[in-house]
Amino acid sequence: MRRVYCDANATTPLLPEVMEAMRPYWMEEFGNASSIHLEGQRARKAVDRARETLARFFNCREAEVVFNAGGTEGDNTAISGLVRPGDHLITTAIEHSAVMRAAERAAEHGTEVTFVAPRRDGLIDPEEIRRAIRPETRLGDSRRTLVSVMLANNETGVLQPVEEIGRIAAEAKVYFHIDAVQGAGKLAFDVKRFGCHLCSISAHKMHGPKGVGAMYVRRGTPVEPLMVGGSHERRQRAGTENVAGIVGLGKAAELAMAALEDGTVERVAALRDRLEAGILEIAGTSVNGAGAPRAANTTNIRFEQLEGEALVIALDLKGVAVSGGSACHSGSTEPSHVLMAMGLDKNAARASLRFSLLKTATDADVEHVLHVVPRAVEHLRALSPVAAGTAG
Amino acid sequence: MSGGVDSSTAAAILARAGDGSADSRNNVVGLTLQLWDQTRLAGKHGIPDAPKAGRCCSLDDVYDARRVAEDLGIPYYVVNQEERFERDVVRPFVDEYLAGRTPIPCSLCNNHLKFDQLLQTARSVGAERIATGHYAVNEYDAERRRWILKRPADLAKDQTYFLFGLTQEQLAYTLFPLGRMTKPEVRETARQLGLRLFEKPDSQEICFVPGGDYKRFLTAYLEEQDEAAPATEGDLVAANGEVLGRHGGIHNFTVGQRKGLGVSSPSALYVLNIDAASHRVTVGGDSDLGTRSLRARQMNWISVAELSGPMRVKAKIRHRHEPAWAMLEPGDDRAETRATFDEPQRAVTPGQAVVFYDGDEVVGGGWIA
Repeated sequence: MRRVYCDANATTPLLPEVMEAMRPYWMEEFGNASSIHLEGQRARKAVDRARETLARFFNCREAEVVFNAGGTEGDNTAISGLVRPGDHLITTAIEHSAVMRAAERAAEHGTEVTFVAPRRDGLIDPEEIRRAIRPETRLGDSRRTLVSVMLANNETGVLQPVEEIGRIAAEAKVYFHIDAVQGAGKLAFDVKRFGCHLCSISAHKMHGPKGVGAMYVRRGTPVEPLMVGGSHERRQRAGTENVAGIVGLGKAAELAMAALEDGTVERVAALRDRLEAGILEIAGTSVNGAGAPRAANTTNIRFEQLEGEALVIALDLKGVAVSGGSACHSGSTEPSHVLMAMGLDKNAARASLRFSLLKTATDADVEHVLHVVPRAVEHLRALSPVAAGTAG
Repeated sequence: MSGGVDSSTAAAILARAGDGSADSRNNVVGLTLQLWDQTRLAGKHGIPDAPKAGRCCSLDDVYDARRVAEDLGIPYYVVNQEERFERDVVRPFVDEYLAGRTPIPCSLCNNHLKFDQLLQTARSVGAERIATGHYAVNEYDAERRRWILKRPADLAKDQTYFLFGLTQEQLAYTLFPLGRMTKPEVRETARQLGLRLFEKPDSQEICFVPGGDYKRFLTAYLEEQDEAAPATEGDLVAANGEVLGRHGGIHNFTVGQRKGLGVSSPSALYVLNIDAASHRVTVGGDSDLGTRSLRARQMNWISVAELSGPMRVKAKIRHRHEPAWAMLEPGDDRAETRATFDEPQRAVTPGQAVVFYDGDEVVGGGWIA
């Protein structure tokens, strides 16, 4: 059966170039990047080259790039490593659970935490961030304030106004972290323009390997490492470097930068628009986050009178892989906190599905999805207990 | 797929029934209903912190179910029905106890949730049948033009008592691949089919009541819901009306209970009756426990379309009860059915199910009023 993978926001496959770049670093070039000998030096060289690429990717100095194990580690480090009991953390109600749970844990440990709600279209209003900042907490004062806002929402693709928020953070002299896991590789990237102190990315969301990521840490930002041990990564992240993974991330970042220049993003956006328009021809459908600027590959669609979970399974068995929301939440009872924060009720949130295209998606992929989805929706609605008004 | 031996083996039998090609495997889809969060009340009122293995819906069991599906090479999904389970099973379970009755949640679940939801999901994914690991036989009788539920080969594992609520439509869609096997045969089949969990112990207790201690569960659940248990303390009385003492609430009692009555007596005392209105709990000797007749409500008929006149059956009044001869008659109103036993039966308990058998066939069943 033909299968079309429409869940790029969950993960992406390695591009062949990434696989090739990583290949020598499992067996031939196996050295420990911290060793003195030549084996170690060759591994070090590979890590340093990747660091150089990531510095270009972030638009920062090489010394400001810290490799780690992925987006969750970056998000956790930014929050747990910077805010202390008594400090103030300002974040949003639509963050990924890696930020959300870290924020909740900080609150349990005595940090004051403010969750800013989005507008109905999923956008965070920068003025709401400004209002949440207290005048008595400035950069360098004994009490710290950290603002943490995501770049692109993983469920809706809505792009947050990080530049404006960055300016507000700079004016107020507070720290600013961006969870850029879903934005990286999907739009022009520049931490200077974003005005952030910290920025987390993950390799596997942009055709790199799983289990590796990087964080931009602006020089002088007082972030404590989560991992302590050896003096790796300028004492900011202990643990033997994942050399093959880091090489893969470097190659993925290089390819992502190239794709931003060569029209790939526009092509994916056109496919997404076609997919969206095709699905919206089904009665009782609407786009969550419509009207807001969105990542080119993502659309989140609400199917009235439907249980999203059932549609995900039905589509899977028909060869279309999508998700009901965040893959990190599958199997949980709670409907999407992102959609709920945008004002959807439980049933509407549960009736919503995320389609996120790979940058290798084709016209034929979209055609296949548009062939399968309307039939599946019609079939389900014909027997839906939601439609019959008997479901909980 | 609960992650236990029975449902795993049922899946394996169906998945391996084909020629082993990818196409035949694709004809089976594994499904787990996630019904209760086993960590939800952990650590409260003596409920253990870590749920025991072998309890449905624990992470360990979902893991086991998924591993089986992976080994069989079939698609596998977990469908979360916790909200509905709480509404249709847990809450009624709590309310029944608080009203002085003794509920039977497995039947509530089968009647109101499990088969309904499985059938719903099966249809939505285009499946033609559902199969479970229950020990029961389901056959179509062309003469009567009805689906007939029958007791299984392994009478010790007979689960027809919990399945009396299945409608003809549900039965028409349902397969019980283990119905003609004994439990040892099932374990042996599991071993031969390469299921790692062929020796996994059976689960016995109610899936959401850790350790089978329903009183702890009620206390912890009500506290979590921020509800006070209704004040139902009252008199503990003898059959002749003599007040023997006070009790702390009718939810602490079930008909036939001997322990924890809080009164001393030269001979053993048992709960005979719980009066929800007056909060009066009547106790008496073993010989007073016997009852000759019962009334059942919310009947579901299986081998007959309806009960038109008296019928000679065997009646089973609780899971571990040996069915006893009884005469079945339509009640005074159509919603009710009366059963009169040949011999008095011990501890007929309101809230439990009664299931009627004609030989191996399930005639029907209902709830004891």
